Amino acid sequence: MRLIARRLLQLVVVVILATFIVFALQKARGGDPATAVIPFGSAQQRAQFNKDQHLSDPYFVQYGKWLGNFLQGDMGKTYNTNQDVSDLVKDAAPVSIQLILYAQVLALLIAIPAGVFTAYRAGTKTDAAINAIAFGLLSIPAIVLALVLSYYLSAKWKIFTTPYVPLGAGLSEHIQGMVLPVVTLAVGQIAVYMRLLRSDMIATLQEDFITMAKSKGISNQRVLWRHALRPSSLTLLTVAGLNFGTLISGAIIVEVLFSLPGIGQLLANAIVQVQYPMLQSIVALIAIVYVVVNFLLDALYVVIDPRIRHARSAA
Amino acid sequence: MSPRHARHKLDESGARFPDAPLEGPLLEVDDVKTSFVTPTGTAKAVDGVSFTLERGRTLGIVGESGSGKTVLSRSIMGLLPKRNIVREGSVIFEGREISKLRPSEMRAYWGAQMAMIFQDPMTSLNPVMKVGRQITESLLYHLDISRSYARELAEALMGSVRIPEPAKRLNEYPHQLSGGMRQRVSIAIALACGPKLLFADEPTTALDVTVQAQVLDLLQTQQRERFMSVVLVTHDLGVVAGRADEIAVMYAGRIVEKAPTRTLFHEMRMPYTEALVHSIPKIDDPSHTRLDTIPGRPPSLVNPPPGCKFAPRCRYVQDKCRDEEPPLIPGSTPGHEFRCWFPVGTPQGQAALERNEREAALGATAATAATAEPTAVAATDSSPGQGS
Amino acid sequence: MTFLGDSSAAQVETALWEAGPAGKAAKKRLGVGAWIALGWIVLVAGSALLAPILPLKDPQAQNVDLARQGIGKAGSILGGDSNGRDMLSRLAFGARSSLTVAVGSILLGLVIGGALGLIAGYYRGKIDTLISVLFDTMVSIPALVIAATMVVTLSPASTKGGGTHLNRLLVLVLAIGVVATPLLGRITRASTLAWSEREFVLAARAQGSKNRRIVFREVLPNVLPAMFSIALLGMAIAIVAEAGLALFGVGVNPPTPSWGNMIALERGSLAQYPFMVFEPAAMIFLTVLGLNYLGDVVRARFDVREGGL
Repeated sequence: MRLIARRLLQLVVVVILATFIVFALQKARGGDPATAVIPFGSAQQRAQFNKDQHLSDPYFVQYGKWLGNFLQGDMGKTYNTNQDVSDLVKDAAPVSIQLILYAQVLALLIAIPAGVFTAYRAGTKTDAAINAIAFGLLSIPAIVLALVLSYYLSAKWKIFTTPYVPLGAGLSEHIQGMVLPVVTLAVGQIAVYMRLLRSDMIATLQEDFITMAKSKGISNQRVLWRHALRPSSLTLLTVAGLNFGTLISGAIIVEVLFSLPGIGQLLANAIVQVQYPMLQSIVALIAIVYVVVNFLLDALYVVIDPRIRHARSAA
Repeated sequence: MSPRHARHKLDESGARFPDAPLEGPLLEVDDVKTSFVTPTGTAKAVDGVSFTLERGRTLGIVGESGSGKTVLSRSIMGLLPKRNIVREGSVIFEGREISKLRPSEMRAYWGAQMAMIFQDPMTSLNPVMKVGRQITESLLYHLDISRSYARELAEALMGSVRIPEPAKRLNEYPHQLSGGMRQRVSIAIALACGPKLLFADEPTTALDVTVQAQVLDLLQTQQRERFMSVVLVTHDLGVVAGRADEIAVMYAGRIVEKAPTRTLFHEMRMPYTEALVHSIPKIDDPSHTRLDTIPGRPPSLVNPPPGCKFAPRCRYVQDKCRDEEPPLIPGSTPGHEFRCWFPVGTPQGQAALERNEREAALGATAATAATAEPTAVAATDSSPGQGS
Repeated sequence: MTFLGDSSAAQVETALWEAGPAGKAAKKRLGVGAWIALGWIVLVAGSALLAPILPLKDPQAQNVDLARQGIGKAGSILGGDSNGRDMLSRLAFGARSSLTVAVGSILLGLVIGGALGLIAGYYRGKIDTLISVLFDTMVSIPALVIAATMVVTLSPASTKGGGTHLNRLLVLVLAIGVVATPLLGRITRASTLAWSEREFVLAARAQGSKNRRIVFREVLPNVLPAMFSIALLGMAIAIVAEAGLALFGVGVNPPTPSWGNMIALERGSLAQYPFMVFEPAAMIFLTVLGLNYLGDVVRARFDVREGGL
């Protein structure tokens, strides 16, 4: 219970701070947003714009109004097309969630066996080779990989040419369209997760309870997967949570490069078009998701390691 | 059951290895050597150990930490990792050479024929697995039985190692049990498949003093009921005193003295054994009696000095000890062997001791107070290490 | 999870072979890889520094004959871009802007993040909580979003003056430096926490040394390797970050080349003229690889713990 209370407090602090930072940046810019948005408008139009956007109110009142609206699900409207930001977000969110989820699953599906295997074979040539490959993967920026993949696999060899299709509109097309973005986003994660798991797993394999498990005469596979993996996956979880912010940054780049109509695309537009209400709302949303994801990982922590329940309640 | 288990299926007679002889010693260890390849050189952790263990008997292996006793027991069982480790010598279990077997072949022995109990149940039980699972695991793997029957067996085992409310404990995690209960659980795990040979590696060192005797008694009862052979590894002669049939004292990877328990305590020949015996507190000593400690620390295993490995710390040491390593010499009692040029309780030993004491007295008068002996410093900072 | 104080006999004996597996820390000499990485970084940094005096073509000069000409064609070494500008000289001048942003932002991040991390890790208590919450908050917003917002805010591209080239570089340094702060700060804090527990620091405290003196004399020198190692990784991230910002049109202002805006500019011609995009992409990849590798070598050298977050 105390953990939940602490996380809730964190949620509130992080969301308020995060949105306030964006808000403060907007104000720090000075000048008149109306000039930026409708540069050729008349003075009257600008005044009307400022009134509509509550831009003439004191700063804290403006922030308070925005926060109040946000909490009621009203994320404001875009300056130029006057669309509800919440509608845009509703349309874009599934794309980003799919992208991140698929990439995460793909990364773990490769990283976990690779981490277990290299830890078991630590110090051998195979281990060194896999580590070198992982290191190379880690060093390929998403932007570079996206360009290489889209040139060879879609422009030149024409293997993946389908643009994004929603899941409901056909599974095979959906997968076709998602392969390159998902691979691009997953590659960097694979290496991070694999290296983390490997180093924790090597430490675990030297524990007495592993020798004990071995001395029971059970199979190697069982020793590795049933005995060693679970206690070795705690750092992985923590980092997966902390990494979520990086993952979103990666997703934004990938969405822009592969023209996926997700939150990243919206954010990119908000930044380029200087749409503060949209930017602020999306940042708030991401901050909430970030804290919630970390909270869920914390909960998973407790499931994975029964000792933590007691340690945490004692602390 | 899955085909994985078929390999381990019991045949009709109930014996796993139907051709295994019922006569002869259970375990014969001959000239076992185990070295670790380290960046600084090869460390000989076990250097030529031989012994024979009869069925139903207990061998105590005693030595300080670093003497190689833990490596020896893991080496015999074949539990050490392969990389950077060189293992030589022969281990014969029920007439079969097992030291050259691959881990996949050893799996038929591990758990089923021989099992191990570790020093600290806190680290040797998997912290994230329920106790019941850890017991049923080897049952399910080695025996062709159903999950529910394995659970019944596990509950019965927990009862037999005197864990109260076994059914409830099966669903708990190791950290929810007390230290003594945890060690009982590891005993239950080790005993699950009815092994013929049990290695107990410092089974009570990590436990509260009040619990130590209970756990040792439990082990002894189980051994008698099951006619098991036990190798009891410890740093504490007191632990093996009333419980082992035979005791081997290890120092720097070698057996330096081996004898039936009574003989070892009454006719010890090796000065190291004597020092160990004198470091056991006695009940009839007045309280606050200073215990004898052994000054210095065990030698480096990478580049050990020539001669007797104990020479630098020995009260009886002579020039010969520093140059020539003594072989294992048989004593007067059958089964008694020791490595010493100037054995305790013999005229040579007595003469050596007197000579050293005379020289020490001369040296003390000659030397000034400023030239304090460096070994004295080593002795004080190594004394806490004695107990671990 | 294990108790450090509990050194069982088995652990003492296992320690013998734990030292065995060709530990990175045991390696005293730099490997071939480290020399190659170092060589590449020196080459890139050198050509960035010396670009104006090297015998290169003017990176802005447009030559119609060179436009979209491939590698080795029309008297060029690496070809020309769609405006007929020489790729080789643009890559060299691009390195100038990309590396300026990377080095500047990481230095800024090291100063701010390092100071905050040292304070949080050494003094702990309330100030630690405050700084940690600040870092946590910054990490919960995607770095790209903070940086892009800052650039848009502080250096608008098109509107009302103030969008000059120098300003944009400074703003990029500031923006990426700010988002690098929590990354560098967290590592510094973790490392400081660990070192502040060590005997010699406690001894200095017990002797009544001034806190500031202990931090600078005893703690900082030991924390520096970790900071240096993470700074190398941070520079790699900063190079990629500039490229990401350039995709949104808020990277280094054209016509001044940077690796990022070279990619952003020619991205549309990827299918027809891949070399125009792949050349700067390769520069980014190789430089990131080199910096990561050197960071790893430094970490292994000084045995900086991985995942010390």
